[in-house]
Amino acid sequence: MTVRIVVLLKYVPDITSDRRFTDGRVVRDPAEGSLNELDENAVEAALRIVEALPEPAEGEDPHEVVAVTVAPEAADIAVRKAYQIGVGRGIRVTDEALAGSDYFGTTAALAAAVRRLGEDQPVDLVVTGMAALDGLGSVVPALLAEELGWPQLTLATSVSLEDRTLTITREADDAVETLAAPLPAVLSVTDSANSPRYPNFTLIMAARTKPIEVWTAADLELDPAEVGLAGARTTTVDAAPRPPRGELQLVVDKGEGGTALAQFLITNDLV
Amino acid sequence: MTRPTVLVFLDSPDPEAEEVRPAVLELITLGRTLGRVDVLTLGAPSVAVLATLGAYGVENVHQAAVSTNVPAKAHHLTSVLAAVLAEGVRRIDADVLLVPSSFAGREAAAVAAARLGAGFVADASGLAWTDGAAPLRISKRVFAGTWETVSTVASDPAVVTVRANTVVAEPAETVARPDVWPLPVEVGAAAVTVVSRELKHRAAGRPAQEEAAIVVAGGRGTHGDFGPVEDLADALGAAVGATRDAAFEGWFDSYIGQTGVTVAPRVYIGAGVSGAPHHRGGMQASQVIVAVNNDPEAPIFEISDFAVVGDLADVLPQAAAAIRAHKAARQG
Repeated sequence: MTVRIVVLLKYVPDITSDRRFTDGRVVRDPAEGSLNELDENAVEAALRIVEALPEPAEGEDPHEVVAVTVAPEAADIAVRKAYQIGVGRGIRVTDEALAGSDYFGTTAALAAAVRRLGEDQPVDLVVTGMAALDGLGSVVPALLAEELGWPQLTLATSVSLEDRTLTITREADDAVETLAAPLPAVLSVTDSANSPRYPNFTLIMAARTKPIEVWTAADLELDPAEVGLAGARTTTVDAAPRPPRGELQLVVDKGEGGTALAQFLITNDLV
Repeated sequence: MTRPTVLVFLDSPDPEAEEVRPAVLELITLGRTLGRVDVLTLGAPSVAVLATLGAYGVENVHQAAVSTNVPAKAHHLTSVLAAVLAEGVRRIDADVLLVPSSFAGREAAAVAAARLGAGFVADASGLAWTDGAAPLRISKRVFAGTWETVSTVASDPAVVTVRANTVVAEPAETVARPDVWPLPVEVGAAAVTVVSRELKHRAAGRPAQEEAAIVVAGGRGTHGDFGPVEDLADALGAAVGATRDAAFEGWFDSYIGQTGVTVAPRVYIGAGVSGAPHHRGGMQASQVIVAVNNDPEAPIFEISDFAVVGDLADVLPQAAAAIRAHKAARQG
């Protein structure tokens, strides 16, 4: 039986770049962004699930992994990275109406894209990374599961799919647990779930020219009042760099380094 | 505005817990600056827990009773917790819902906000009304603590998860005697099955990393020997943490960083920690940063307030001894 997986990608500013805000929104400079590193674990997880499946019966469609991102055009670099790793089809949802979306607006757009894909053929699974390295909210997978009415299995450190039941282990907060749910479902994987494969040369070459489908808010029948800045329930009213730290007090240990450290804590009333 | 109502979720991995976690007491303290604070619990609060809540001025505790179609071991699932949170907000018509930040807390709070049509902010580091009235202004540190943003939430209610160590927990001026109210919560059958669940054991006597006032972390420079790190932590009454590299080497069972535990203690001490971007993302919002590293070029020095260039195996035990001597003298 054919299995169809959607992997969600986010294009994020490099964590080593000078990350900043302008007019309440994160500046996303195309030269300084890339695929959110944690989404590579999601791509890898999706590919491994598909590779472990039996071939579809004759006459059935092949298994498919589709990458979806909601972002401006600069995010193509993220989709191409997914192509390099082995994703077969990529879709970028781009619309000025989506700019400034909060968690709920982003979720609405992603859910609409999944539903749209499902109109052609059912989507069995959505896979995401555990967080985006710019926002670190980690809530979109749960919100998407809620929006689609599907079970959520988040923060997986291992994943297996058998007879359309997805089983994961997770180590979150205070417990280690094993959870299971029937497909269709939403899965998020951590950075210890797998080691993403290196792109192979053939795929790198092919990824350069492989087309990326572009969908608009209208294609997804999204209500412009429900997404983007118009639909956002929170508004960023101020964003400023925090004051730099004071001068570093540096001690080179010549036998008194530990005592100096203790004195620093004691004199600053930190003990 | 009439006095706003703030609902604080008392999360606990252990329903039999006899103590209220410091993070929850901080939320109640913060909540009192916004309005009247009610508390929402899963499971029956013990006498000791009620006494603590009373000392913090809480008059009403709402004890969720989840419908029996959901087994107790599934009560922590996001879909169930979200139903509890949303029902709690509806029951008392809360203006603000505060939940301690954790992976589970963020997910449940976000889904509850979706169901309530409420605005949601994750990992706040401060909340205040705008000149005593709506909208709520919520500050948050982003980009590894290098920026601070302020958002307003126009919706009523506002749903916010709050980081530990945002405020110092302080009992109320007037002690209350909390009443416990049952809160029936109807939940659809969970689509997720909990096959097994095991609570992690925390090293006896050490606080949790995400809530501790002081955290001592070890990195690759420990070469696998966390003895000096633990020694200094115990002298300070601090939590112990590690970098991702150290955890992946098997030297410690969890790690601080962008994809691990986020800490923002009063004091962070990194020993043999280079200061890779991943780790910085989980600790850079700490108030005071101290580093011990034998590499004078270690990037962590760039974000440190105090640093020792030296061998941690020498520096840490000496510091621990001096701290112990100081504490003994103070007590004597």
